[in-house]
Amino acid sequence: MSTTSAPLTTTPAVGSATLAAARAKKRLSSPWASLAAIVIAVLWTIPTVGLLISSFRPELKIKTTGWWTWFSDPEFTLDNYRTVLGTTGSSGLGNYFVNSFVITIPSVVIPICLASLAAYVFAWVEFRGRDILFVAVFALQIVPIQVTLIPLLSLYVDAGLAGSFWTIWLSHSTFALPLAIFLLHNFMREIPRELIEAARVDGAGHVTIFFRVLLPLLTPALAAFGIFQFLWVWNDLLVALTFAGGAPDVAPLTVALANLSGTRGTAWHLLSAGAFISIAIPLIVFLSLQRYFVRGLLAGGLKG
Amino acid sequence: MSSSEKFLEMILAVLLFVAVVGIILFAASRFGGRRGDRAVAIAFLFPTVAALLVGLLYPGVRTIYQSFFDAAGDSFIGLDNYKTIFTSDDQITVLRNTVLWVVITPFVATGVGLIYAVLVDRTRFEAAAKALIFLPMSISFVSASIIWKFVYEYRPDQAGVKQIGLLNQLLVWAGGSPQQWIINSPLNTILLIVVMIWIQAGFAMTVLSAAIKAIPEDIIEAAKLDGASRFGMFRFVTVPSIRPALIVVLTTIGIGTLKVFDIVRTMTGGQFKTSVVANEFYSQSFRANDQGLGAALAVLLFILVIPIVVYNVRHLRA
Repeated sequence: MSTTSAPLTTTPAVGSATLAAARAKKRLSSPWASLAAIVIAVLWTIPTVGLLISSFRPELKIKTTGWWTWFSDPEFTLDNYRTVLGTTGSSGLGNYFVNSFVITIPSVVIPICLASLAAYVFAWVEFRGRDILFVAVFALQIVPIQVTLIPLLSLYVDAGLAGSFWTIWLSHSTFALPLAIFLLHNFMREIPRELIEAARVDGAGHVTIFFRVLLPLLTPALAAFGIFQFLWVWNDLLVALTFAGGAPDVAPLTVALANLSGTRGTAWHLLSAGAFISIAIPLIVFLSLQRYFVRGLLAGGLKG
Repeated sequence: MSSSEKFLEMILAVLLFVAVVGIILFAASRFGGRRGDRAVAIAFLFPTVAALLVGLLYPGVRTIYQSFFDAAGDSFIGLDNYKTIFTSDDQITVLRNTVLWVVITPFVATGVGLIYAVLVDRTRFEAAAKALIFLPMSISFVSASIIWKFVYEYRPDQAGVKQIGLLNQLLVWAGGSPQQWIINSPLNTILLIVVMIWIQAGFAMTVLSAAIKAIPEDIIEAAKLDGASRFGMFRFVTVPSIRPALIVVLTTIGIGTLKVFDIVRTMTGGQFKTSVVANEFYSQSFRANDQGLGAALAVLLFILVIPIVVYNVRHLRA
């Protein structure tokens, strides 16, 4: 999917302490404002809470009574999670969970490496045609991945890669490159020129500069993009569905869940537990690295 | 394949890849000085350019070409696939739904995100309140769809049968009779759009909140001295000040919405007149095996995205 960019200048101004204190005073003035905020917050939370509670209720209860009755008749079981995590049987998702991991890690590492090399060249190496090439790479963000899927699939078939993890790794890596290069390029340009020049004067070549000078400074940018890409790949359905189909050997959780929802749409004990298993990992990544994620969001855009 | 074999393959892939990059770096490091610039540029850019040419550019051109051919991809039929998109009843429903999605989602999601960002701005609970709205962003569209499908779940309206979906239960409590939300068109499309709004509001809120915080303090003070009301402040200070951010958020959500696939696939599979262009592309290409029509739908998606992206980028530059 193509990407777009958000303004670079809107990074939150970390105001002085006095300013923050002055601002804090005037707040929570209107009860209506508070009420409206609470209403939105509740509306946004309840659907998730409902399914979360259901995932811990016995199968029969889920199917015969609403999750809200749990408050008056609490019953707690891990059976749904046990069933769904089993690697055997048609309802087991454990297998797909492993696939999601195996798909995601290389799909994050590969584009980060390639993009940082390319971004370095675009930012700090002079050569003829550089700007045109950079604009071309930037413009490729516009291409929706749908446009590429069928020809790519036949390329993979010709190369004998069909049905393997390679199809998904390579596809995700390629699709990620334009945004990754754009993001990292922006971060690299912010590094003071003197720093690079000084290293050059000291006799450092491009490879040394790249590793010793730039890479340590780029950690936040790499983290920001890494989270983006992680969430994107982990949560992807289209690419996986196209290249892995429903094959238990390679298909990720999203594909398994979407199939389950289609074929056994009333198996709520499996769907609820399965959904939360697939939510758990990105949520952990997201919460622990939220700072970087927000920064990336503000600096470079959103895949969509 | 066992799990350990899969992990082994994964590690091998990463190692193989690291080795390739290592070789490139080693080769590049043999060249020094200004004359080496060209060599370094070629070495560092080669994998990226090759991947983009083979993985994006060639397939894109190929799909455009394919969109002028019939279902099997054998005989040239000119613009017939495009004619089908704009004349057949099914496809017109698809277009209508896509318009609904793209018109409703960005504005409602941005509206909710903006209002919420203003409401919780600088309150004591700001961080926690924002996290609640933001969390759906980390959830896959598939999981989000399952969460909402459960809200819309329908049980037959019979004695002894209780509703398990919240929406129907609310309706029953209010004295109505339960509805098959997912099946009734065109309301079902709106209910699918709700899922997208639910996901995207967090994005809108985050970007807009940062923009609101970047409004210079003196503007706010001046407005206060002039006796601006809370609403006046919002209407005449906040919104104009963050206009560029608003446009970026609207267009970004618009682009994402245009390509929405997962939600429709998971909730209805495109049945009950809920299909959109991105889903129809998948159905035609991989289920109905109509390569030509599938390609034409993909190209249509491409064409529809271009003006929004151009508008978006122009605002970024401004």
